[in-house]
Amino acid sequence: MTAPLLEVTDLRVEFDTYGGTVHAVRGVSFNVEPGETLAIVGESGCGKSVTVQSIMGLIPMPPGRITAGHARLRGHDILRSKRIDGADIRGGEVGMIFQDPMTSLNPTMTIGDQIAETLIVHRRYTVKQAADRAVELLASTRIPDAAKRARQYPFEFSGGMLQRSMIAMAIACQPKILIADEPTTALDVTIQAQILDLLQDLQRETGMAIILITHDLGVVARMADRVNVMYAGEIVERGTAEDIFYRSAHPYTLGLRDAMPSNNLARSHRLQPIDGSPPDLFAPPVGCGYFARCPHAMLICRGERPPLFGLDSGHASRCWLQHEDAGRSIERLHTARRPATATQSPT
Amino acid sequence: MTALIVADKLTKHFAIGGNQVVHALDGVSLTIAEKEIVGLVGESGSGKSTFGKALVGLHDKTSGTVTYRGEQLPQQYTPLDFQRHAQRMQMIFQDPYSSLNPRMTVGEIIGEGLRLHSDKSTAEVRERVADWLQRVGLEPDHMSRYPHEFSGGQRQRIGIARALILEPEFVVCDEPISALDVSVQAQVVNLLDDLKASLGLTLLFIAHDLSMVRYVSDRMAVMYLGSLVEIGPAERVFYDPQHPYSQLLVGSNPEPDPATERARKGTEVIGEIPSPVNIPPGCRFANRCPAAMDICRVTRPELKLLKDSSGPERLVACHLFE
Repeated sequence: MTAPLLEVTDLRVEFDTYGGTVHAVRGVSFNVEPGETLAIVGESGCGKSVTVQSIMGLIPMPPGRITAGHARLRGHDILRSKRIDGADIRGGEVGMIFQDPMTSLNPTMTIGDQIAETLIVHRRYTVKQAADRAVELLASTRIPDAAKRARQYPFEFSGGMLQRSMIAMAIACQPKILIADEPTTALDVTIQAQILDLLQDLQRETGMAIILITHDLGVVARMADRVNVMYAGEIVERGTAEDIFYRSAHPYTLGLRDAMPSNNLARSHRLQPIDGSPPDLFAPPVGCGYFARCPHAMLICRGERPPLFGLDSGHASRCWLQHEDAGRSIERLHTARRPATATQSPT
Repeated sequence: MTALIVADKLTKHFAIGGNQVVHALDGVSLTIAEKEIVGLVGESGSGKSTFGKALVGLHDKTSGTVTYRGEQLPQQYTPLDFQRHAQRMQMIFQDPYSSLNPRMTVGEIIGEGLRLHSDKSTAEVRERVADWLQRVGLEPDHMSRYPHEFSGGQRQRIGIARALILEPEFVVCDEPISALDVSVQAQVVNLLDDLKASLGLTLLFIAHDLSMVRYVSDRMAVMYLGSLVEIGPAERVFYDPQHPYSQLLVGSNPEPDPATERARKGTEVIGEIPSPVNIPPGCRFANRCPAAMDICRVTRPELKLLKDSSGPERLVACHLFE
């Protein structure tokens, strides 16, 4: 097997604050293969954004600090140096789009100039070439009237159009990986559907890998080939989208699913919230991060950090229940859930 | 079922200078029955929040009326009107961070309504605040703390306690869970559910999360660019939307199920919601509608009872059904 496109091993990130040191990312490892979509899903504060920001070198240091780990892009360590063969990977081999396009774009430059800038910096285009290419890129993200739009400023664009412009900018240098950090969270569902379609089409055309950061399990189901579920700075479960949605082997993932009204959940069934709140990452728990909220917690979970137990090809769960001595299989975990779900069939 | 609150052709325009007018609400009529939960969905800029605020008097009305238990509410509220109506109508706001005064303690925030609208003594107010803190799942001794000491979900509980301590009959929940994480959303929805059952509340639940609105509401109303395009029992509207816009909205809603999502065809959505400034005549959805006809660009469709057998109270505003 060839080396993965991106290989992140044991990444640890801390932030110094007045209140102490926040252990935001606590040993995260994952791979990204060419052309796949990897979703990193979790709630606010779980470290999903910090993970990709450290890969992109966007963590302000200080107060941030990468205390351990490696991130290798095609075998080159990019945590220490953002340059491979003299070229900055950011905006070149790795593109990134952000949650809030309005604040991520420069309000004093035209959209066309902002896209062209990437090409001038990374690909040494002339100003004229870059401007022409910028219009083509805008058109490829299905912005109508691209030539005219390229001469406009961000305030003249709607949220959906801004996100398209951000995508045009991110793919300008034909990146091998596109990192999308909550790309549709600020958008309405109909616009979200358009942007997700666009990302999938572009991926099909260019073969780039997408790392999708999101908290929305609906978006994950729609986009992801593989999923990393993060909680309290760790990956607690990983697997294919089917593993995570149909054969989940971690109580947190199951808890998330039960807290949402799935489309066939009748009104008479109550949602099952996850009680409590995530642990304090100033002093992260010694054992399992989910211990305090877990309905299946055992003695060992308090004192010993569970390793990632491999289940079958690629599916792994950071939960002591998967230990062979725990005597509780995934099936037991699932039958402990809400009894009947399908009571209302869609008409 | 008796009607609790009736909006009739409620219209709210904002003048933005240069002879331009934002048509935030254009002739919205909606009847909410006692103890009913009506979910209001639509994209940002469709006028959902303006409608909620106009109902409880936080916006004055350009035209149209709101009738509460047969009594017509004023076009523009005076402080005295707020004094009179606040005990019956309350609002829960979207952003639990900006809707709580950071310089007031939680006890002051929750108790303010009682101090203004009742003749209870300070001790009685404290007692009620303590009681309500417990009812929303917080501790009575949280009373002396400030909002910044609480998480988003806890703040939303404070907002709920503030709205409900006057024991109103009607509450507008303006995106009460949008700012919260999934696991916390369920806590807040269950809390609202319990309080609704114990207090007999009537709710207007404004949200853009269709799955949640479907789950929470008795009826669902779909809004587009300041007008209602469809109303009906929540399950029916969600599983069998009739108006082309409702179909688009429901069709864009991603479900947490990979098999369903992979089987989904790419959405054929054209364009975005247009600007609500100086809206052209005819149906507001006509320029994006895949089924638009000539008449749609000329005449504005009215909400009409759906003729076929798809159940009671399905109203759709579309020329296709005439």
